[in-house]
Amino acid sequence: MKELLINKLKEKFQDFIEEIIDYSNELTFVISKNKILDVCYFLKNNEDLKFDYLVDICGVDRFKKENRFEVVYNIWSEKLKYRIRLRVKVDEKDLQLDSVTSIWKSADWYERETYDMFGIVFLNHPDLRRIYMPEEFEYFPLRKDFPLIGIPDSLPLPRRN
Amino acid sequence: MKENSLSNNQDIRNKIIQKLLEQDVQIVSEDPLENTMVLNMGPSHPSTHGVLRVILKLDGETVVDAMCDVGYLHRGFEKIAENSTYHEFIPHTDRLDYLSPLSNNVAIALAIEKVAGITAPPRAQYIRTILCELARISSHLMAIGSIGIDLGALTYWFYTFTEREKLYDIFDLVVGARFTTSFTRIGGISHDITEEGIQAIKVFIKELPSILKKCEKLLNRNRIFIDRTQGIGKISLEDALNWGLSGPNLRASGSERDLRKDEPYLIYPELDFDVPYYNEGDTLARFLIRIDEIYESLRIVEQALKKLPEGEIISNDPKNALPRKEKIYTKMEELINDFMLVNFGINPPVGEIYQAIESSKGELGFYIVSDGSGYPWRLKIRSPSFCNLQVLPLLLKGQMISDVVAIIGSIDPVMGECDK
Amino acid sequence: MGLESYLNGEGFFTTRVNDLLKWSRTNSLWPMPMATSCCGIELMSFAGPRFDVARFGSEVFRMSPRQSDLMIVAGTITYKMAKVVRKIYDQMPEPKWVIAMGACASSGGMFRSYSVVQGIDQFVPVDVFVSGCPPRPDSVIKALLDIQAKLKKEPISKYY
Repeated sequence: MKELLINKLKEKFQDFIEEIIDYSNELTFVISKNKILDVCYFLKNNEDLKFDYLVDICGVDRFKKENRFEVVYNIWSEKLKYRIRLRVKVDEKDLQLDSVTSIWKSADWYERETYDMFGIVFLNHPDLRRIYMPEEFEYFPLRKDFPLIGIPDSLPLPRRN
Repeated sequence: MKENSLSNNQDIRNKIIQKLLEQDVQIVSEDPLENTMVLNMGPSHPSTHGVLRVILKLDGETVVDAMCDVGYLHRGFEKIAENSTYHEFIPHTDRLDYLSPLSNNVAIALAIEKVAGITAPPRAQYIRTILCELARISSHLMAIGSIGIDLGALTYWFYTFTEREKLYDIFDLVVGARFTTSFTRIGGISHDITEEGIQAIKVFIKELPSILKKCEKLLNRNRIFIDRTQGIGKISLEDALNWGLSGPNLRASGSERDLRKDEPYLIYPELDFDVPYYNEGDTLARFLIRIDEIYESLRIVEQALKKLPEGEIISNDPKNALPRKEKIYTKMEELINDFMLVNFGINPPVGEIYQAIESSKGELGFYIVSDGSGYPWRLKIRSPSFCNLQVLPLLLKGQMISDVVAIIGSIDPVMGECDK
Repeated sequence: MGLESYLNGEGFFTTRVNDLLKWSRTNSLWPMPMATSCCGIELMSFAGPRFDVARFGSEVFRMSPRQSDLMIVAGTITYKMAKVVRKIYDQMPEPKWVIAMGACASSGGMFRSYSVVQGIDQFVPVDVFVSGCPPRPDSVIKALLDIQAKLKKEPISKYY
């Protein structure tokens, strides 16, 4: 199964796969930023592969100087009963990425949550706003430089009397 | 000069007024009965299953459009996880899906064991499976009771709640707490199950089918209930897969996807059970499938109780699993291991994993990125209620107001899990 | 308002009427449940058939603030939800009391994070705190009896 997947992806997208990691029986592909939409389209619509269920999208803050953030896509194939992971590196100076809502509709709220927590903007998203924090909140909570107890007075509280 | 400018202004004003009066002046007023109305089903509402806010656009009584507003219970679990050791995070997971807390404990224990690369001994796996299925029964009893009470059938809720109280007594006996249990540890479980506990579980699973039959007589063929739930909130299989549904909601639309069969964990490969599914995809199917799953869970618990092996309940790995309390007070190595584990955490290798279980709401998964220290670098919770609620605006279009309550009840969201 | 404002004196008739009013108020406290998370499920068992709260006078759990006089805040309150709780508290008619049920409502509980209010007494005056995570329904019954005892001690002219 793993060989089939690696071969199929390599023959089409050889230059854009940066790394292939195989850890604890799970396969991860690190893909470059501008080809993520094509890779996802290929994975969903290819007759042998058919990865039609998007499990999760999340962001990770690596806290390095270059390529600070990463966006991770976990997908599942109903036909092959196999799981796969895609990772995309995003730099802090260019916090934009293509949205995959045109491929899997469930990416809608996942990408809103990643925007709310990290500040990564997804282009062509139908409705990109904050989902967990109130609209007026100015910071991005899950970045490593935001403190756990929060910033005092960043959220309003009603008066007692 | 001043008079000049004043008279100039007056002239200009007169000219403008003249021009306006010559044009065709029409008075337009909005007729309130011809427009759509926006209704707020606010966070504090008797039947929105917690703090869910739904904003509806209505044309009379039909829903034209709907939008969900979540986040009223966002407690910051993921940030808390980055600042506490793996052991310290286990009690926090109880509060995720608070209707079946034991399955969340089992999920996080499996995920951390995958990160650390250890496995629990067989007796611990069997006990974890039994308690996981009992938690699933408890959650489904609450779900079908809520569907009953939302549609006005109060007696149903009282019947299922009495059964849930009996389950709380069993948890009290076996685990030590009624509700928020925190029972599993890394490498096994916290303490062993006694003979009294096993007897109590056997008595419970013998009595539950007869009470469920009594409940089924109330609603399953009731004319009013069927009229209110059949054909309401239909979703096709393709849409369900595209929108990311999982659990009983997906199986009511025709899929057979169940993580206990597709990617087995714990001891499910050795047990014999079926996965029920329906093809209609409406509210009635989502109600009936939960009752069928309760019967299947009773089968699983019965088989697991028969096959329960003897042995230890926590693995012997000194770097990762907490040692027993008696040994800590008397032996030196266990004391040092306990000190290191509590203060600095376990020692996993560097890497990332994803581990999911089939909880009562769907696929509950943990994605952990480890950087080699006792604190996780990133822990992402894939909660099934968050993904199931995305489909709500699609289901509500075209239905009446009174169907909104039935549809939300049949999806069965738990806001503690949805808002993390 | 009305007749009760004449009850400021301490004559025989006024104290009898005082006692009558206090008796009727303590034995018919209708709660307004503000249940957000896990403590809400224990609140449901508190109202369920086993730990029956209807025998203490709280016969119905009115979901409308206009018809209730006791607000039980059960569960974690976040900054986004605090506005809503205060609004509902303001809509309740006098006299009213508040029970903070659970560790999260009393002091933030186990969630010391950026979005959880560390105790609802920062924006709502609280009468009784109940500790526990979640508290057993027996503890909440004790809290209800404490509110009844507090009611019996207060003079009736406090609100007029």
